[in-house]
This record gives sequence, structure tokens and C-alpha cells, in this order.
Amino acid sequence: MKDKRIDHAGAAAAFIADAPHLAFHDERLWDMRQKRDAQMHLLPEWQELRTLASQIKEHALANLPEYLEQFEENATRNGIRVHWARDGAEHNRIVAEILQARGATTLIKSKSMVTEECDMRPYLAARGITVTETDLGERIQQLDDQLPSHIVVPAVHKLTGDVARVFATHYGTDPKADDPRQLAEAQRQAARPVILHADAGMTGANFAVAETGTFVVCTNEGNADLSATVPGVHIATLGIERLVPRLSDLGVFVRLLSRSALGSPITQYTTHFRGPQDGGEMHVILVDNGRSARLGMADFWTSLKCIRCGACMNTCPVYRRSGGLSYGAVYSGPIGAIIDPTFNERKYSTLPFASTLNGSCTNVCPVRINIHDQLYKWRRVLVDHHQMPFVKREIMHMAGKLMGQPRLYRAAISGTETALGTLPRFALYNWLNPWGRHRELPHPVKETFHAWYRRNRSAPGAADTEKTKTDPTKTGRTKDTGQ
Amino acid sequence: MKVGLFVPCYIDAFYPRVGIATLELLERLGQQVDYPLGQTCCGQPMANSGCNSDAAAAEALFVRNFERFDAIVMPSGSCAHHVRDHFDAIPQTDAVRHVRTHTYELVEFLHDVLQVGDFPWAEFPHTVGLHNSCGTLRALRTASMSELGEPPFSKPMGLLSKVRGIRFATPARPDECCGFGGTFSVAEEAVSARMGLDKVRDHHDAGAEYIVSADSSCIMHQQGCAERAGIPLRFIHIAEILNGARE
Ligand code: SF4
Repeated sequence: MKDKRIDHAGAAAAFIADAPHLAFHDERLWDMRQKRDAQMHLLPEWQELRTLASQIKEHALANLPEYLEQFEENATRNGIRVHWARDGAEHNRIVAEILQARGATTLIKSKSMVTEECDMRPYLAARGITVTETDLGERIQQLDDQLPSHIVVPAVHKLTGDVARVFATHYGTDPKADDPRQLAEAQRQAARPVILHADAGMTGANFAVAETGTFVVCTNEGNADLSATVPGVHIATLGIERLVPRLSDLGVFVRLLSRSALGSPITQYTTHFRGPQDGGEMHVILVDNGRSARLGMADFWTSLKCIRCGACMNTCPVYRRSGGLSYGAVYSGPIGAIIDPTFNERKYSTLPFASTLNGSCTNVCPVRINIHDQLYKWRRVLVDHHQMPFVKREIMHMAGKLMGQPRLYRAAISGTETALGTLPRFALYNWLNPWGRHRELPHPVKETFHAWYRRNRSAPGAADTEKTKTDPTKTGRTKDTGQ
Repeated sequence: MKVGLFVPCYIDAFYPRVGIATLELLERLGQQVDYPLGQTCCGQPMANSGCNSDAAAAEALFVRNFERFDAIVMPSGSCAHHVRDHFDAIPQTDAVRHVRTHTYELVEFLHDVLQVGDFPWAEFPHTVGLHNSCGTLRALRTASMSELGEPPFSKPMGLLSKVRGIRFATPARPDECCGFGGTFSVAEEAVSARMGLDKVRDHHDAGAEYIVSADSSCIMHQQGCAERAGIPLRFIHIAEILNGARE
């Protein structure tokens, strides 16, 4: 069966209908964008840093096989066990094998988008392994059985009241106690024992350094450090594009990451993992899951530069008003809209159209991904691959024809001829109908500019080769155009 | 200099006064302006929807209409952006290249090419909020962009500040997209209209009586949103103010 297309527009409409959530979501994320701007203004070298970051990533991606092997070699020397996963299934199997070999049934983990991509939790659950998210937002989303709606603040679409309800259901707390401090405390109380008794821990990684065979995890809650160190078995899952060549490159990325993400100079914790603890184990799983294929896409490979800061989401006026869940994908917002179709073209074919192509995302991206250009290019690819709904496709086709024929076009817009005979009128009008749902239509005018020009400046136009018919009903007026 | 005037389809049909103001203004400034009668559209709606091959006929027609001009001027940032930056549904002949490199959005043309120093006929004793469309702002770059933290500049503001009596209101989110986005305005009706509503509220809260823009498509959308919500704002194209509109 074919996958259904994500109805982003419908989900967004539902999100917008809920005024308090919409207002909070928009303001919270806009505030993050404002804080990011403030940090940018403090660093005169901001644009240079973006350029450097972009160049380093492009270099690393262009030489990825070498850097991956270098990383593997150095990490192995550090005592890290390196695994390679071609896709999500392989990744999940590797994790399960590591855990099962040690009789582990409880896994605590910090935020990792890759494990969401691989849909790891259900896979492990089916094998009797309980996964507990330790990041507050991620845990809320786990309890509520939802995807993260944002890659940095996974539960940003929820109000404190929503969190109180989720906790009441799962932790038995008072559903009316929505004080954020109390809620955080409830989570702490619930999470502590789980963390202390977990059999294994899992983290993602923000950066992996080829020359040292080490990796870096940036968090604000310190939960990654607990997840990594308390159980003694640490599995880190990372996409192969996390590689940077040198340790010194981090000087560029760490400066950009949190400033772009939250508008704070640095995350509370920036932990360098260099190898297993005494008597412990450390595993790194390098996950491809479509990345090699993406690397081969001439127009889209630079999306792999992404450092998952979420700045493009925070600034996106569409994302702020539609909520991350409306994208129906692990990755939402502008970055999601350009990488999701690489996972499933049909299912995510609507996402590159969920944009006005305003370009703000491209401007904030710390690694200079041309996000809005890629959105534009994806539209072409999707149309070429027959992923545009028939009616819309047909309307564009007919419109294109009409625009190439001035006489038909004139006749059509002056309404004097049924040039629209060839157009599926009902389809056109049904499709245009939504305009009026929350907006007034433009005011009718007495004559077009074209008609005005013919009456008032006839001479130069007469030299024109493409003749149009005069409209006999439109005479005797000069500047009165009805506005 | 022979100037070809392109009046985009929605201005032709819904805002003829903007076409008239553009023409009269260019004439006042001593330009020899011709409006080829066989024009239709630049191809943007099709191309922006991904249907690039369907933009070919419109693009070819556009070139036939405008290749003979030294400058092609249009009161629309998004159309100028399309012609200059995307116009690739047809083979890139010398004529196509000429058209693409000689296309100007009106503000650019006045500011950069004609370098107009003043508009002695223009007076607009009102408080206006300037809306820079994303096409003019982030593609044509006629003003500084907040995301980049670059030194502030604004070509439209530079021109408007020469108008007697005009006052400016600054919205809280001056660079935020208004949500028109071409076919986005119907395909994503709810988000589009909400963005428009937020935009006009922002201008109204800042004290604007008018929203002025170099793009009538944004105006058409914002006006529709403001009227539906009963927000007492008026809308005007920059060409009208610079041409001495009195309201
Ligand atoms: S695409 Fe750029 S702005 Fe968006 S999350 Fe990735 S790095 Fe950040």
C-alpha cells in the first residue's frame, strides 16, 4: 500500500484553531530567535564563523569515508567499540544485541534524533527492554506517545497544563499542579531511581572528532552525562555526518551551536567522551540510514551539514504557526521539509510546499545550508516524480498554457470570452476557494491596467505585434479605476 | 534608455492604479516607457509550484515582449526575483540572458539606476508601516536583513523618506513574512491567513495608518486579512506614494 501524504495544511489548521497553544508556541520560539540575534550581535565574527562551519562540514562530507575510518581507528584505540549500521533496522539490532548479551533490560537515554529515525523504542520494547528518556521534553513526549515536535525543545508545543495532565496520568501527580518547578521536580523524582538502577545508558552525539576518535555531547540538563556514566555501559548513536576532522574545529561549532539554538553562549554541559570508564564499556554506532544516498544528491547533499540547532525552526513563520507535529515526521520545520522526502518521497511530498520560500531559515542557519533554495528545488523534483496531487498539477498545466497565449489570457481575465473553457473551472474555483475562508477577496476594479493603458497611451502599444481585442464596454473613463 | 514596463497579472487585474502610478512616475522622471500589450505573466506561479516546464511558455513570451528594452521595470519584487534568479524553464539564449540581467524591481530601479534624489511632487502626511516582501528583502536585498545582523540599510525607506510629511511606524517583527507565498496562500490557507493577520496586527499596534509595500501580492493578502478582522488599516503601493498619491 502506498503511504498516505502528510496533511500538513490540515494539521496546521487544527493547531491554529487552538489560540492559547498557538500564541505560546509562536512567542516562545520567536523569543529564542530574538535571543539568538542578541548573541549574534555580540560576536562580530558571526558570519565568518558560519562560513568556516560550512566549509569544515563540506570538507568533512566530501571526504567522509576517510574521516570515518580515521575515527574508527582512533576510537578503537581509545577502547571504544565501533559498530556500523546501514539502516534503522541494523541499528536497532545492534543495540538489542549489545543489551541482550549483557542481560540488560533497562536502558536510559538522552536525546538522539537518530534513534527516533530508527524507531528504536518499539523495537526494544518488543524484546523486553524498557527505554526511559531522561531529557525532560523528550520524556514528556515519550509518555504522551508523540514524536518530538522540535529537535531541541521536543515538547515546545505543550503548555504546562498539558504536561501536568501527562504526568498525572503516568506519575499520579496532581493534574492541576502546573507550576514548572513542581513539574520538573516530579520528573526528577520519577527519573532518579530509574537512572540509578538502569542496566545501560544511551546518548546521541553532536560531534565526532576523526583525529582523536572522541565525541562530544552538548546538553543543558546534564542528563546525557548521567545516562552515559551511571550504568557503566554507554552506547552512543550518531549519524555518519556528525564527523568533524579536528578537535580544533569544535571551537567553531560549539560557539555556534547553542547561540543558534537557544540564544545562550554555550550549553550547560559540553562533554567530551574519550573512552570507557574503568571497568565499563563504550559503544559507538555509526548510522547511515539514507545518508550516503543523500550525499550523492547534487542539489540536496549539503543538508547533511546540519548540526541540529533548530534555529531554522525557531525563525520559520510557518513552523511557529503549525507546530512540529503537523509535519508528521521525525524532523519537522524547514530542515525536516528538505530531508524528510529523502526517507519517503510520497509521504512527505507536501512538506516542501509548507513554506512561503521567505528565506529566513537560510539566513539563520549556522552552517549556511541554502534551505529555502532546497525547498524550491524539492518542489521541482516532486512534481517531476509525479508527487503533486492531480488537480493542482492540472491547474498549473493549464495556467502555464494560458500565460503563453496573450489573446486567450486577455479574453480570460476580461471575461469576454470563455477561454476558460479548456480549464477545469470547477477544479480551479474549488481550489481557489480557501482564499476567502479567513480573508476578503480583492476589490473588483472597473478596468484592468491593460485596458487603461490602451485608452490612455495607445501609440507605443500599437507597435506591438500581439494584438488584443478592445473591450467596447470600457470607454470614457480616465483615472478612475475603481479603487 | 528604453524602459519596458511589466505589470504583473494580479496588478493588472486587481490593482491597476499601481500600474498607472508606476508608469506615470517613470514618465515624470523622464523615462521613455513602453508597455508591451502582449504581456501576461513572468512564469513565477508555475515555477514556484515546482511545475517548471509549465512556466516555459510564459517565460518565452516574456522574453519576446521585453528583449528590445534597455531596462525592464516592474512594481513587484517577487516577479523581478523570478526573472533574475529562477527563469530557467527555457534555453538560456543571449536574449534570455539580456532580459534576466536587465530586469529591475521598481525600488531598485529608482534607487540604484536612476538614483532619484527627491520627489518634489510627493506628500503623504500619514504614518506608514513599511512591509518589505521576502522577495525584495532576502532575494533582491533592497534592505538589510535582521537575521544577518548587517549594518542597517533600506532602499525603499531611503526613497520614502524623501516624501514630505511621511511618518514611519516600526512593527515588532519587521522582517517576518506576511504569509502570502503565491499558491501557498491557498494550499496552506490557515497558516497563510494567520501569518497575514499577525502581520497586520503588528503594524496596527505600532501605530501605522497605512501599510506600504513594493509588492502588491503581499498587499492583496494583508488587505484581505485586515478587512476580515476589521482592523482599520489602509494599503498602498510604494509607487503610488512616490508618484504623489494623496488620500
Ligand atoms: S538546518 Fe541549519 S538552522 Fe536548521 S537545524 Fe540544521 S543547522 Fe540548525
